[in-house]
Amino acid sequence: MKLTPDELKRIAHLARITVNEAEVTALQTDLTGVFTLIDQLVNVDTTGIAPLAHPLAVMGDMAQRLRDDAITASDARVANMQNAPAQENGLFLVPKVLD
Amino acid sequence: MKEFSRASLADLRAALDAKQVSAVELAGYFLDRAERSLRLNAFLHLDRGLTLTAARQADDRIQRGDVGALTGIPIAHKDIFVTQNWRSTAGSKMLADYLSPFDATVVEKLGADAGMVCLGKLNCDEFAMGSSNENSAFGAVKNPWNPAKVPGGSSGGSAAAVAAGLTPAATGTDTGGSLRQPAAMCGITAIKPTYGRVSRYGMIAFASSLDQGGPMARSAEDCALLLDSMAGFDARDSTSLNSLEAETSILARFSAAFAAATRANASVPLTGVRIGVPKEFFGAGLAADVADAVEVALKTFEKLGARRVEISLPRTELSIPVYYVLAPAEASSNLSRFDGVRYGHRASHYGDLAEMIAHTRAEGFGAEVKRRILTGAYVLSHGYFDAYYLQAQKVRRLIGLDFQEAFKQCDFIMGPVAPTTAWDLGVKASDPVAMYLEDIYTLGVSLAGLPGMSVPCGFGDNAMPVGLQIIGNYFDEGRMLAAAHRYQQVTDWHRLRPKDFP
Repeated sequence: MKLTPDELKRIAHLARITVNEAEVTALQTDLTGVFTLIDQLVNVDTTGIAPLAHPLAVMGDMAQRLRDDAITASDARVANMQNAPAQENGLFLVPKVLD
Repeated sequence: MKEFSRASLADLRAALDAKQVSAVELAGYFLDRAERSLRLNAFLHLDRGLTLTAARQADDRIQRGDVGALTGIPIAHKDIFVTQNWRSTAGSKMLADYLSPFDATVVEKLGADAGMVCLGKLNCDEFAMGSSNENSAFGAVKNPWNPAKVPGGSSGGSAAAVAAGLTPAATGTDTGGSLRQPAAMCGITAIKPTYGRVSRYGMIAFASSLDQGGPMARSAEDCALLLDSMAGFDARDSTSLNSLEAETSILARFSAAFAAATRANASVPLTGVRIGVPKEFFGAGLAADVADAVEVALKTFEKLGARRVEISLPRTELSIPVYYVLAPAEASSNLSRFDGVRYGHRASHYGDLAEMIAHTRAEGFGAEVKRRILTGAYVLSHGYFDAYYLQAQKVRRLIGLDFQEAFKQCDFIMGPVAPTTAWDLGVKASDPVAMYLEDIYTLGVSLAGLPGMSVPCGFGDNAMPVGLQIIGNYFDEGRMLAAAHRYQQVTDWHRLRPKDFP
């Protein structure tokens, strides 16, 4: 499968990654190679086979473990803010989104 | 103190207990070696003060008699595990200065609980995506056996540091082979446990249904000690296993398997053990020198009493496309958290919020990470989800069932870890697909969530190490490690060291 520049720009937008024209050209080559590899899957007969999300579910269905609906986290605001690229009064700063 | 760089964890324990050395002296000894070996680029962060503080605390514990098997012994962590005191970068510019507000469960278990002394953080491929360690934003790691060669990846810094004797043990992570393949290429021992054994809490996520942490060390016996301390139920990881099987001590099973074999017959301790050899692991893609070394290792297991059975894993080749759909899909989701808002890199020039996020991600991620995010975004996007993502999950089940079929005929599966020994730095760096094909023998185990290990079993034509892969059924780590220990009692590949790092 050969990806077109427009398809590449569309997925780069979906992934929220800025790409310039030179990168689109390089990615086109690289990802076309990747999708040629991946396309081997398309012809595998999987009729009647259920998708597997958790590897150990091969041995039988697995229930997702649930915890009690109780507060367990402590206040870690100061520690969690220490890596913020921009902050003020304990709030994260981002460019204005509403005028 | 020269011998400490070759000592087993049991020997280091004995030396600490006999007061031949203190935890502070031992930490200083390994820090000196690490600082003399910066040319390998194995460490991303060393801080003598932090390490010596931890070592003094370990000495206090030893003084008080509060001692476990690992108290006072140094370890270094792959920089995928977050640490409060050392920077946690995941090998990415995105997290270049990141300081975690907490320690990963594995770091806590080995450090605060077991009393191991952290030497620092180890280089790896960015977000653990790679098979050569060349994808690190902080430069490639060099293989201690030959600095022109890659160390393997993604746990390349961990493998190189253990191989060069810069640390007696290291942690690593494995999503598609990232513990086993660098261990093979650097001539050390490593085990990826059953999915769900080792907590993923604080392990920077790549592909959550595949990621597993594990130990890397000089021998199977050392790995058994380490894994026993790393593993166990953790309520903070939603896929951590809490079944009875998962909670049985790995070390107890290791010792029981070993003792039972000794009682049976000391000269042929593996009598009754069936080793499955998949014909698909010995096809045209396997280099002759690797095939030869693996063959000699299989013969050694036969001499120890094991019986060889030919088996088939018919979808071995398909494991590559399945993995390179599912892992990127999960990565594209996991890495969406890096937006430059709450932590990590933020672009310096942008207009609105959307542009800030897109520029941040363009600047912060390296080429391979972007390729995987874009691949993942594509296979999850409208119109392609069924054909790629769901289809890959279906074939994933078939691959898992193939292994269960094989385990009806054998106790362990053995074969090569990788098709070749370590290659030259740079030769595959510009061809992602060539790099992906190198993962052929390790991906199936990851997709099935099975335990797999790498054991040194010889050298290739270029004098680079070869690894034997041992695959077990779910929760069978103890028996696998015991069988590997038997092999290491009659071979000395795991004791050999690169000449530049005596």
